[in-house]
Amino acid sequence: MTTPASHAPQAPHAHDASPLLSVRNLKKHFAVKTGLFNRNEAAARAVDGVSFDVMPGETLGLVGESGCGKSTTGRVILRLLAPTAGDVRFEGQDLFTLDNRSMRRLRRKMQVIFQDPFSSLNPRMTVGAIVREGLTIHNIAQGAAADARVKQLLDEVGLRHEYASRYPHEFSGGQRQRIGIARALAVEPTFIVCDEPVSALDVSVQAQVINLLQDLQRDRGLAYLFIAHDLSVVEHIADRVAVMYLGKIVELATAADLYREPLMPYTQALLSAVPVPNPKIKKSRVVLSGDVPSPAAPPSGCVFHPRCQHPAKDAACTAIVPPLEEKAPSHWVACIKQPPTGVEWPKQQAAGATKQPERYLPVIATTT
Amino acid sequence: MAERRAPSPASGPPRSSDGASTAPLLSVGELRTYFYTDSGVARAVDGVTFEIGARETIGLVGESGCGKSVTALSLLRLIRPPGRIEPGSRILFEGRDLTTVDEKAMRAVRGARIAMVFQEPMTALNPVFTVGDQIAEVVRVHGAGSRREAWGRAVQMLETVGIPSPAQRARDYPHQLSGGMRQRVVIAMALVMNPALVIADEPTTALDVTIQAQILELLRDLQHRFGTSILLITHDLGVVAETVSRVIVMYGGEIVEHASVDELFARAHHPYTEGLLSAMPQVGQQRERLATIPGTVPPPTAWPSGCRFHDRCPYAWDRCVTEHPPLYQLGGGHTSRCHLADEPARRAEVHEPAVAVLGGAGGTPGGSRAGEQDNVSERKAIS
Repeated sequence: MTTPASHAPQAPHAHDASPLLSVRNLKKHFAVKTGLFNRNEAAARAVDGVSFDVMPGETLGLVGESGCGKSTTGRVILRLLAPTAGDVRFEGQDLFTLDNRSMRRLRRKMQVIFQDPFSSLNPRMTVGAIVREGLTIHNIAQGAAADARVKQLLDEVGLRHEYASRYPHEFSGGQRQRIGIARALAVEPTFIVCDEPVSALDVSVQAQVINLLQDLQRDRGLAYLFIAHDLSVVEHIADRVAVMYLGKIVELATAADLYREPLMPYTQALLSAVPVPNPKIKKSRVVLSGDVPSPAAPPSGCVFHPRCQHPAKDAACTAIVPPLEEKAPSHWVACIKQPPTGVEWPKQQAAGATKQPERYLPVIATTT
Repeated sequence: MAERRAPSPASGPPRSSDGASTAPLLSVGELRTYFYTDSGVARAVDGVTFEIGARETIGLVGESGCGKSVTALSLLRLIRPPGRIEPGSRILFEGRDLTTVDEKAMRAVRGARIAMVFQEPMTALNPVFTVGDQIAEVVRVHGAGSRREAWGRAVQMLETVGIPSPAQRARDYPHQLSGGMRQRVVIAMALVMNPALVIADEPTTALDVTIQAQILELLRDLQHRFGTSILLITHDLGVVAETVSRVIVMYGGEIVEHASVDELFARAHHPYTEGLLSAMPQVGQQRERLATIPGTVPPPTAWPSGCRFHDRCPYAWDRCVTEHPPLYQLGGGHTSRCHLADEPARRAEVHEPAVAVLGGAGGTPGGSRAGEQDNVSERKAIS
């Protein structure tokens, strides 16, 4: 692929800095066995050629619907799953060639916060032991020093440090998520994968946890890969946003640009589907028909073409895999029908195109 | 306990403008559902009064633990021991009080006159029967047709809810369908007997946003065609704003605010409603920090004294700690269970809520880290 992998999408505010994390052409395929006695083996392309950078101190949002590969991407980056292809560099080191010992050292800097605060904490360990475990494993602190550190961490995430001796079941969902955050912070990471960290929480508690994550980022210069399906949460917290569909990034831009002027028809549909808590705003909704196709049999060409509403959609969309192109400064879009495109018109015609690319920006919300 | 029977100046729940002339389809009065547990009496629903008109969609909003789902289950009398609907509660539906009818009559109501759509379409469907069989079973149970007729109805309903090639899909098992399709099946099952009222408990919460848009559109469309009333239970104020005509906000087992949807979003009165509205990030609205409601919903075995929201409220004063607020009438059918209706000047006196000052007393240190100050000013701006 000659996609932006080589001339990577950069953080808008940090063109000169080198990325903390850089992901290139990452693929993760799962074997799917079907048929009598599992004789037919196919590959579900959960992640299929994903490239992006995360700058120090930045929040990159990764959004998409269930099954689009966003969580798998997070897990492969942390090497919780083995990649099929591609490479991931963290502070310049290639993660996939590291041996286990070096990887373990690096894990200190890369942590994760999971979605479900009920299953991600060991019910047999006290809160103190959960937070302390990382300190011990990475030889950061022992004995009284570790105790003091645990207290400090609990304070920092807004829990009373007396709670160190209690067990996870004694806490509410929001409090458990704070415990998970304290555990991630214990080893002083520079990068945290937040995998749907607030989607299991009620609105008011969700706001508390989001504010906490933002405070910690400001105080410690953390970088987040913030994986979520809730577009309004991502707009609030992310500096840049990558939209995934069927294992591919289809749009990548600053949060401001992406929400103001979504160019990929899928992003447009996704944003228009978000209900607005204001009865005065009437939305002309792009309602997508059907479901997301199976990643084991993705559509040819542009994976979104069967559901696409772009007026210039034609046969070329079913044949040409759209490259992720920079259509406006730092605004990357995979669509050959949104100008400008490097896929020239003769090439599109050769693939059966009948309609010239034209700029399409549906008006989504109007105030009445 | 004394606060429980506070006099309510609210003469009744507001009626929607369109359904005002006709008698309400459902009239719930002083509904109390208590659970007698080892750790005390959980007053999950504690004196809830509202009406639903014919062809009306109303929203029931609040966070987990506020009593929304128990209210819904009470309407269908699906409360099991140690829970019970307390004497004195009324659920008037089609001329009968559902709290007193016998179990046989209740079975004739469930699924036929009042149907329910649950949140998790996977757990609401039986994995070992085809979806067609499960829809047909509803028809058979209510004695509304032969086996063949019931199957025909099932296929027809699947078509109505927008499932392509319904005759084939009816032979599918739930696991063969996607989440959105399963929810369509659950809706087909709820509507097959043409009920007067559908209770939809978080019907789109488990679904992706594009699928949610499809399902909400389907519900609106079906309501137009069948004239069903819908009680939509949700925590998502966005869904409420787009779907319902009236909103009931619950907190601590009680209705704390009740208004038409336009009124509620333009002039939210209760501090809890205000908090919910400002804690929600919204697309297209950039804010430095989100407002939060410090603390968490208290357990139903120990609602706070006075106003149940007082320890999390940025306006609360001594009266709120001792005197349980009635549902004050604000005019135009807007009611609010907040003493600010009586003493509006107090709205200017914003302070740290008790739960934040105490750093989370009572085992709820959920509270506030930093920035309660901007939170408070943000709330003021909204009111």
